[in-house]
Amino acid sequence: MQVGLHHYLVVSALLFSLGLLGVLARRNLLVIYMGLELMLNAANLALVAFSRYNANLNGQVMVFFIITVAAAEVAVGLSLIVALYRKRQSAHVEDLTSLKL
Amino acid sequence: MPALPDLLFYAFAGLTLLFGFLCVANPLTRNPVTSAMFLVLTICSLAGLFVLLNAFFLAAVQVLVYAGAVMVLFLFVIMLLDLKEEERRQLNKVALGAGSVAVAVIAGILIKAVMSAKPAAEQLVEGTTKPLGRILFTQYLLPFEILSLLLLVAMVGVILLSKKELK
Repeated sequence: MQVGLHHYLVVSALLFSLGLLGVLARRNLLVIYMGLELMLNAANLALVAFSRYNANLNGQVMVFFIITVAAAEVAVGLSLIVALYRKRQSAHVEDLTSLKL
Repeated sequence: MPALPDLLFYAFAGLTLLFGFLCVANPLTRNPVTSAMFLVLTICSLAGLFVLLNAFFLAAVQVLVYAGAVMVLFLFVIMLLDLKEEERRQLNKVALGAGSVAVAVIAGILIKAVMSAKPAAEQLVEGTTKPLGRILFTQYLLPFEILSLLLLVAMVGVILLSKKELK
């Protein structure tokens, strides 16, 4: 069977689910962050596949923007995690319950 | 016998999903460094898929920015924090089961939605540096400049957050 748009979209959906599984199942803030990165990458793959099969470069420009914003987001998020770790000596979501009623 | 690009697609897609699974749910170890290394491999296989989709520039950027810069940042932070404790913790079995069910349902919905879509017309577009740069600096000039401002804001914010005491 010829590989087409559907194949790439299925891979993208599965990768997104894996990222979601990481966010839901893991309890370490850093690994949760890696799950978020996986989900962003899955969206990128879907956009590039749409761009390729519609002969339209706008999707790839969008992916370029997403990669840049993701880099900024990772930098800010990781510095927040470091600041949190300095204050609480933990990077574990189950220890961060001060907002719990 | 399928054509070579199809074989490469199956190889890269399989590798991407395998490494992605090992990144989030490695059955052997829960060390964050291992997860980060498998994330690098996932991103490199994704770059292979980008090449198969003729997005050459994005494949290069993916390896340079993600596998290079972002992962170095991740590894720095992992080694800065002492995460030995993570491996001693028990996994919450109920949360894991509920999470897996939710993820399976979402994956099913996504794949069903994808399968019901009509296939697009087969055309060719090459994502090399020249056409991408042209569209980036004409049609998308304003978002591009805003993005540079965003990077500056992120840089200042990170420096402020990492200072010893916040005033």
